[in-house]
Amino acid sequence: MIWTLAVELAYWQQTAIKLVVVALVIPTAALILGYVFLMKMMSFMQSRLGPMEAGPYGTLQLLADGVKFLQKEDVFPRRADRYVFALAPVVVMVSTFLLYVVLPVGPDAVVSGLDAGLFFALAVASLSVIGILMAGWGSANKYALMGGMRAAGQLIAYELPLVLAAMGVVIQAGTLDLNKIVLAQATGELFGWGGMGFPFILTQFVGFAIFLVAVQAELTQPPFDMPVAESEIVGGYQVEYTGFRFLFFFMAEFGTAFAFAGIASVLFLGGWYVPGLDPASAWFNLIGPVVMFIKIMAVSVLIFWFRFTFPRLREDQLQKLAWKVLIPLALLNIVVTGVLKVLV
Amino acid sequence: MRGTGMLKGMAVTGRTLLRTVFPDGLRKPVPAPSRGAHTVQYPHVKEAPVARARGVIGLHHDNCTVCMLCARECPDWCIYIEGHKTLAPPRRPGGKPRQRSVIDRFDIDYALCMYCGICVEVCPFDALFWSPEFEYSEPRIADLLHDADRLADWMETAPPFETYEPGADVKQPKLPEPSQHRSPRSATR
Repeated sequence: MIWTLAVELAYWQQTAIKLVVVALVIPTAALILGYVFLMKMMSFMQSRLGPMEAGPYGTLQLLADGVKFLQKEDVFPRRADRYVFALAPVVVMVSTFLLYVVLPVGPDAVVSGLDAGLFFALAVASLSVIGILMAGWGSANKYALMGGMRAAGQLIAYELPLVLAAMGVVIQAGTLDLNKIVLAQATGELFGWGGMGFPFILTQFVGFAIFLVAVQAELTQPPFDMPVAESEIVGGYQVEYTGFRFLFFFMAEFGTAFAFAGIASVLFLGGWYVPGLDPASAWFNLIGPVVMFIKIMAVSVLIFWFRFTFPRLREDQLQKLAWKVLIPLALLNIVVTGVLKVLV
Repeated sequence: MRGTGMLKGMAVTGRTLLRTVFPDGLRKPVPAPSRGAHTVQYPHVKEAPVARARGVIGLHHDNCTVCMLCARECPDWCIYIEGHKTLAPPRRPGGKPRQRSVIDRFDIDYALCMYCGICVEVCPFDALFWSPEFEYSEPRIADLLHDADRLADWMETAPPFETYEPGADVKQPKLPEPSQHRSPRSATR
């Protein structure tokens, strides 16, 4: 299980490497998800080609957009609360960064394998709502304020189904440590046959579905994009942001999408494990990231397919769905899982 | 069952995706989105606009009598006309010399024009025509003011008159209709 590097690194060296890796992963993830899904998959679903000019097949379009954002003037509204306004994108970004702390891509390839990793991930994910509220309040704009309020209501409502959906997995695995959840799936058996492990999606399909819907709402993506609803409140809390501050929101959205898809694949699809190999093998530190990437992309296809298909819900429909459907369903799922866990 | 509609919706987008990426069908899965998409990549590939598209307005110089109807009916006031009268030789020897109007200036400001086509409709002498050409954007907004020569050039791109489709309203000659109109005041009394 313990895989030692040829050179022993000091703690600060390891930390520096991990920081650089995470700092590179988030923009890369935003670029990949943005290009593959937002630009190409959505275009194809609308029978068009999407950006084709910047780079081959428009691959460099997002980089060009990024450069454009960096050139823009840094505008502050006159009556904005300058510090709150400037800090808000950073808070959102920090929440995204912290998500990657516990996301395992191999037995040892994790920034910090916390015992309560899942708890940590879900807790820091809800930090972003503070940033969004700050953005809405600090902008001194009624649309921004309404967007911020909508975001707060929505994120609090969907935090619950998200946590409750993950609870079923925790009951089955008996641990909150994301790496141990992967191991529990790797060593599990399907009717006494250990050939492919036991990905929890088989028993926790309801949890998986609820988790994905809640993630969709957490990311404020269509059909749950009332906080940014551009046709009603012209971009909500993002309305006053320009240039690189807006870029922060964009990167945070897609970075969080990537991280949540990663957590979903850890919880339900077996994480970095592929059937047929010994889960204790150190090789998983190398092939784990690749496996995780494939699974993350598979989950992202679902998330974005959903996003590009459905129109926006109404605000009351959104709350109704969370409180009257998803939360009772998730609670029922927990009860059934708990009873079966004791009985079987 | 509730929710089947959502699955149907996802099936529609999924099918469109597959049809766009694999235009030859899944039997021969060669990705060729540029053939599968319904759109064309505009500056490289150009689609011919339909013949009656409202692209730009052309001026048929000889028909214009400087009557100013188009300029007065234009909701945007984007047509500028100036002219003067000259004397033309009489038709018969010994007759009175005829008056003719000559265009000094006929400009349409396409920065203002909203392509309503009222000028084309009201012209009693058939001097204005729609042309389907649309590529005349300019880096400077002042260059969107097209003068009479430019408008005459557009006239060459105007399509010949197409016969009406069967069942279409045929243009009637403009005769004064018998007045059946009563003013509101007289109606109340």
